[in-house]
Amino acid sequence: MIDSKTFDPNFKFLIASEPGGENIKKCFSCGTCTAGCPVREVTDRYNPRRIIRMAILGMKKEILSSDFIWLCSSCYTCFERCPQNVKIPELMNAIKNIAVREGYLPSSMKSQLDLLASFGRLLEVTDFENEKRKESNLPLLQGRTEDVKKILKKLGFHREEQDRG
Amino acid sequence: MKNRTEDSPQNSEYTLFLGCTVPVRALNYEISARKVAEKLGVQLSDAPDFSCCGYPIKSVHRYAYLLMAARNLALAEKKGLPLCTLCSACCGSLTEANHEIQEDEKLRKRINEDLFEWVGLRYEGGIRVTHFIRVLDQEVGRKKITERVRADLSSLHVAPHYGCHYTKPSTIYNRTEDPEDPKSLDELIKATGAQSVQYEDKLQCCGGGVLAIDEQVALAMAHGKLDHLRAQQADAMILICPFCNIMYEGNQRKIEKVYQTEYKLPILYYPQLLGLALGLEPDELGMKMNRIKTTELVKKINRRAD
Repeated sequence: MIDSKTFDPNFKFLIASEPGGENIKKCFSCGTCTAGCPVREVTDRYNPRRIIRMAILGMKKEILSSDFIWLCSSCYTCFERCPQNVKIPELMNAIKNIAVREGYLPSSMKSQLDLLASFGRLLEVTDFENEKRKESNLPLLQGRTEDVKKILKKLGFHREEQDRG
Repeated sequence: MKNRTEDSPQNSEYTLFLGCTVPVRALNYEISARKVAEKLGVQLSDAPDFSCCGYPIKSVHRYAYLLMAARNLALAEKKGLPLCTLCSACCGSLTEANHEIQEDEKLRKRINEDLFEWVGLRYEGGIRVTHFIRVLDQEVGRKKITERVRADLSSLHVAPHYGCHYTKPSTIYNRTEDPEDPKSLDELIKATGAQSVQYEDKLQCCGGGVLAIDEQVALAMAHGKLDHLRAQQADAMILICPFCNIMYEGNQRKIEKVYQTEYKLPILYYPQLLGLALGLEPDELGMKMNRIKTTELVKKINRRAD
């Protein structure tokens, strides 16, 4: 049962003020996004039309705390087809950005942030990697860059004690 | 579509943007891309201090993504050459950030203030971003490729996989190519002499975008396409993105286990196919690093005497 008393009517405005979420109110629920969604094809846990409808109704907590908002594969099929230019993958990113600010960060995304802060890349370039590159006559790469960590620290995404190796 | 086929400058020059996956997990893509670039007169220069393009944190913090992308663009701007990526997600991420920074003066100012204060860099918006495959398609051109073909690939039936970020969102690429009916990779395959196989769900996403969030969903997405390719008896699938490779080659055995089936479908990067056509040896194209053996496929190629 959905209890409309728990709805937050301002949620859609919050999303609309977030970069990428501007066009949420244009959605007229045609379902073109869901019909062509490759994720929806393999699981019913992800349904962009449903998520947008829930957001417009104001089901803030249900959406921000959900796993399903993270299931968009960012393939942009719906982005191309949406007759209302809702820019759904960007809308999902806007919702996810809000969710992170509200404290809902999936552990896999947390791990990616840690890797980026530590190495500046998702995959570490160790001596072993550079040795392999040398054997293949490829130029060597700088093992890590501190700049990404600086950026993430300034934005409050990384603390000293999280530093790796 | 602009397609310079004749009298194009012989020495187009780019800074190569490798990203995270290619220089660690897809050396065969990098090796073959550098080889064919050399053969076709495209100069790729390196900048070892590039970081991740920023794509992975777009969903977490959009501004952090823009700053990471801007940092890379600023480093590229110092070198003064257009930026060429091998990874389609890097291409999409850097192209999008580039557009925003170029078009939104207020955003550019904010980014540059932070970027300068935090890491001592500025980006003025003067860099063009492109994908290596688009360089082959639009700068080198199919005509020149066809002229340089030295081996007979006509008995190869290979399936193009465009992936997502090479064409979409089409707005950031100025609709260079129709995302619902892209042709460049098909045409580039034909330029090598190989046959381009048509198959169901040709434009479907590999699932890589949700791999970190839900592996089973990602595997299910890749599984469908492998089934469709088997139905067409394709000799190989041709990729232009290292993340698609993680799904179709890196995870092929896992998909076989989960779905109790067998594909053993060779997965090649387009520059590997092109290199074979140009007469390069499989070893020169990093084919030993292909996890699914390509021996049978290579046997189908007839070497022409020069």
